[in-house]
Amino acid sequence: MLKITNLHASVGGTEILHGVDLAVDAGQVHAIMGPNGSGKSTLAQVMAGHPAYEVTQGSIEFQGEDLLALEPQERAQKGLFMAFQYPVEIRGITNAYFLRSAVNAIRKARGEEEYDTIDFLDVLDEKLEAIGWDDSFLNRAVNEGFSGGEKKRNEILQMAVLEPTLAVLDETDSGLDIDAVRVVAEAVNKFRSPDRSTIVVTHYQRILNYLEPDVVHVLHEGRIVRSGDKALAVELEEKGYDWLRAEVAAG
Amino acid sequence: MTTPIEQQVNKAYQYGWETDIESDKAPVGLNEDIIRLISDKKSEPEWLLEWRLKAYRHWLTLEEPDWPNVKYGPIDYQAIHYYAAPKQQKRLDSLDDVDPKLLETFDKLGIPLSEQKRLTGVAVDAVFDSVSVATTFKATLKKAGVIFLPFSEAVQEYPDLVRQYLGTVVPHTDNYFAALNSAVFTDGSFVFIPKGVRCPMELSTYFRINAASTGQFERTLIVAEDGAYVSYLEGCSAPMRDENQLHAAVVELVALDDAQIKYATVQNWYPGDPETGVGGIYNFVTKRGACRGRNSKISWTQVETGSAITWKYPGCILQGDNSIGEFYSVALTNNFQQADTGTKMIHIGKNTRSTIVSKGISAGKGQNTYRGLVKIMKGAENARNYSQCDSMLIGDQCGAHTFPYIDVRNSSAVMEHEASTSKVGEDQIFYCQQRGLSAEDAVSMVVNGFCKQVFKELPMEFAVEAQNLLAINLEGSVG
Amino acid sequence: MTDAKDLYLRQHETFLANGGSVAPEWVQQVRRAAIERFGEAGFPTVKEEAWRFTSVDGLTKQEFTRAPGAASPNEARLDEYLIGDRESRIVALTVNGRYVPPSRHPAVPPGVIVTGLAAAVGGEHADLLQEHLAKYARPDGSPFAALGTAFIEDGVFVHVPKNVVLDQPVQIVHYTVAGPERVVTHPRTLVLVDEGAQATFVETYSGDDDTFYWTNAVTEYVIGENAVVDAYRVQRESGQAFHTAVSHSYQARSSVYSWNAFAFGSALTRNDVHAVLDGEGAEATLNGLTVITDRQHVDYHTTIDHAQPHCNSWELFNGVYDGRSRGVFTGRIIVRPGAQKTDAKQTNNNLLLSKQARADSQPQLEIYADDVKCTHGATLGPIDDAAMFYLRSRGLGEVEARNLLTYGFGAEVLNSVSIEELRENLNALVHARLDR
Repeated sequence: MLKITNLHASVGGTEILHGVDLAVDAGQVHAIMGPNGSGKSTLAQVMAGHPAYEVTQGSIEFQGEDLLALEPQERAQKGLFMAFQYPVEIRGITNAYFLRSAVNAIRKARGEEEYDTIDFLDVLDEKLEAIGWDDSFLNRAVNEGFSGGEKKRNEILQMAVLEPTLAVLDETDSGLDIDAVRVVAEAVNKFRSPDRSTIVVTHYQRILNYLEPDVVHVLHEGRIVRSGDKALAVELEEKGYDWLRAEVAAG
Repeated sequence: MTTPIEQQVNKAYQYGWETDIESDKAPVGLNEDIIRLISDKKSEPEWLLEWRLKAYRHWLTLEEPDWPNVKYGPIDYQAIHYYAAPKQQKRLDSLDDVDPKLLETFDKLGIPLSEQKRLTGVAVDAVFDSVSVATTFKATLKKAGVIFLPFSEAVQEYPDLVRQYLGTVVPHTDNYFAALNSAVFTDGSFVFIPKGVRCPMELSTYFRINAASTGQFERTLIVAEDGAYVSYLEGCSAPMRDENQLHAAVVELVALDDAQIKYATVQNWYPGDPETGVGGIYNFVTKRGACRGRNSKISWTQVETGSAITWKYPGCILQGDNSIGEFYSVALTNNFQQADTGTKMIHIGKNTRSTIVSKGISAGKGQNTYRGLVKIMKGAENARNYSQCDSMLIGDQCGAHTFPYIDVRNSSAVMEHEASTSKVGEDQIFYCQQRGLSAEDAVSMVVNGFCKQVFKELPMEFAVEAQNLLAINLEGSVG
Repeated sequence: MTDAKDLYLRQHETFLANGGSVAPEWVQQVRRAAIERFGEAGFPTVKEEAWRFTSVDGLTKQEFTRAPGAASPNEARLDEYLIGDRESRIVALTVNGRYVPPSRHPAVPPGVIVTGLAAAVGGEHADLLQEHLAKYARPDGSPFAALGTAFIEDGVFVHVPKNVVLDQPVQIVHYTVAGPERVVTHPRTLVLVDEGAQATFVETYSGDDDTFYWTNAVTEYVIGENAVVDAYRVQRESGQAFHTAVSHSYQARSSVYSWNAFAFGSALTRNDVHAVLDGEGAEATLNGLTVITDRQHVDYHTTIDHAQPHCNSWELFNGVYDGRSRGVFTGRIIVRPGAQKTDAKQTNNNLLLSKQARADSQPQLEIYADDVKCTHGATLGPIDDAAMFYLRSRGLGEVEARNLLTYGFGAEVLNSVSIEELRENLNALVHARLDR
């Protein structure tokens, strides 16, 4: 599904990622953990194609294609979704309208027929039902006046509607209370299927209690320094990132 | 590197071509003889000439105002032709007699005038430089009792009506440019909706400046008698020229008991060269509505996308009890454009209400100022005002400024205000792209969402036009 | 007002000479620095910008003495303030500023500390206190914070360690028993909520009815990374009391803090609310509801300090003013250089129920970053005649219509109270005031 090889990326001339290697198979959930400033969000942004980040070396292959050669919207159209750490507000545009524009842009790119308003509402209803949420977000402007927690939930709602093959959740669990973490995790679990993969980028172990990741990676100073199963996350949580720094320093 | 926003914001001005038509111009400069000449060309009655001369003499005593937050070089009032008309003798009753070049011009502007092509449901008065060239649907309107005429014709046909209302909302003493306009105005539209009549179609005037070194000084007067309703829209454009041309219009609205006037403007004068800022229209306009009657309502909607400098404050004098004033505005300044615009709401009657929604968009080196006054007079019991003033910045070389003035002299007033400034940046565009949308669609979505409250006040056909105009004028500015 | 200042400087000497001196050296230092600061600043006057609409002359004309420690509160009254059964709930009570240990140890999860401040200063967590106490509500910020810190002695200390989720609120009651004396108390609260922890707090300030006293409260909330804190503050002081308070919060990255204040009592309240967002992605909500009458005066002076990027803040302060009462709201929002993507929204609504009531609203935006969204809105005025007429045309009497509309005004804030029982109590209080 996804193969990242020796990825180097910089922002404003400063290299943040110093050679990341990562392979994610279809159906897997990977967690990428690491302290603030380790490059977690940079990795997510580079995958999605944020223009501020420059890839200086390495490659990202997504479903056999060179992801880095694509524009951000082309990546989205090919099935890559990123849940933003700081979702952006778009005034005056309802979520429903925004989602229809997005779904239709993606369908058009794939040569599929676009939905009209009525059909799309049916599609929305179906998705909402699948994750067990009500439609209270749909007629509100995109993220406008949303609390931090609502914005994060809205990202998950968009994910459910856009049905990506690879979802990258960038610190979706930050700033959420424990109930919201559960709600988000449940929605992600429902989204799981053999042909979809998820990368959960997080600073905290808490959400992994509900997600059952297949692999946990630790990103430190722009490199993946350790990979393991869920126990690694628990260990990290107990011992803290300082422990990791010491371990890495010791080699 | 130009960003997607920048590319979006910087498409070229599409109405910058010139019609090659011979024109009959007054000699350059301004003096009493020129005013007599204009009045004579229009075969005006003596009282109107006297009215003009009085305004001119007053104008001579005034100084050009310097308080707006805009910068421009001195205007040489003696270097302007105050009258220019396409050489085509008299106005004729049939469109067949209109110079085909003129019809073609308006066709090209999207304002077809000929019988077969004209817009359904919209009556258009087409003004070319100083004269009206055609007015559509005259007969239909006449049947309904509605008078919709070029100003100069109205002076001939309904002199008493014109005389009764002219200058009663914006007196010639109001300000420098109103005085100038009163002295030299050439054409414009006159609308009269008699008691109890709901105007059966949208009325629209399209102003085109064509001739070089001319100014445009039109005058519009709309009167809605008791219980009448009218929705009116003006549009405008001009060729690209290296000189700055002056547009100093005056619009007066009068609403009597239970009457309602909706006045919309889609302003797209030539904004000047996007690279150098050379040329473009100085749009110095005085617009005011008087809600004279009880329960009357005047609503201004403006989409200001053109002009080098825009300087206008469409206002409402809420004299009648329970009267309502509204102001919805989108002002876009891109490249070297400057705008100082807003509104005045003067509450005099009891239970008067006003709503102000202003959306300023600045891109390139554009400077956008909102300036508004809400005044609650002593006798205005239970007056209410809601003001919302939002600014959007695109790029980091533009500016947004807000000057709300509030003067409350009655303690029963309820005042609400909201203000915000936000920046459209890469992040917003990237967010939309990440959901599969193109950069162009992302920009237009963000900007249209921002302006939605104003666009929904426009008649349907024009809302679409306004959105397109905004997209065109914003082209290339997003990043 | 040098007389008043000298009075408290003298009292401070006496305080140090007596029991107050029994404290570790670092506490002594904190007190000395604070009284020095108070000595320099003195009481504020209306000539100062921050005190333009609130005069403390009524307070400085009186002589208040330090409240005696040994006093017993009205037990029935306390029960009225508390949610649920007192025995099984987490309750921290101070009377006249001194912590009163509960008869039974409250059922707190392991690691959670709810105790008296004096005991904590001398106990095993002294290092935590030394690190945090008086470090946020700094004496140079407000003369009342300086005075409160100068007299620091006891109060409430709460610590919720990493990742602990408290499933019931910590209820903190500061009660004043004045008797015939004019007393001043300096109730102090320090709350530390560590990374990933989650907790709710209800602070109640009250005293015996119709007694004359001065509460000078200082509260500090220190909120760790990704922690979630819900705080409620209910001011139900005696109608003659003075209430000066500093409510300070300090937030780390991705933390969520909501503070909801309800003011019903006191002759004069001045609450300086200071929220510092010092970590990326932090979020603060400040809500206030004031319902007062007669000659009551309530002043909220709020400052939200956006020190880091991507932080959000919301403020909604509604006030209902009857009689000759007066409300003041100042909403200062600072966006520090580099605090890009700040989103701050401030709303202040004031309903004047009588011609003599008055409210002043002052937004102050200080923005030193260029990519931010700051919105402020204010309303001021009487009940909408059209709405009144609408309700009356539906059959409601004039009084009912008026009360319903007024209540709706308060409900906007009350609806954000997430503890159902507390919301009901507050609802009842609002209704009781409207029905008078």
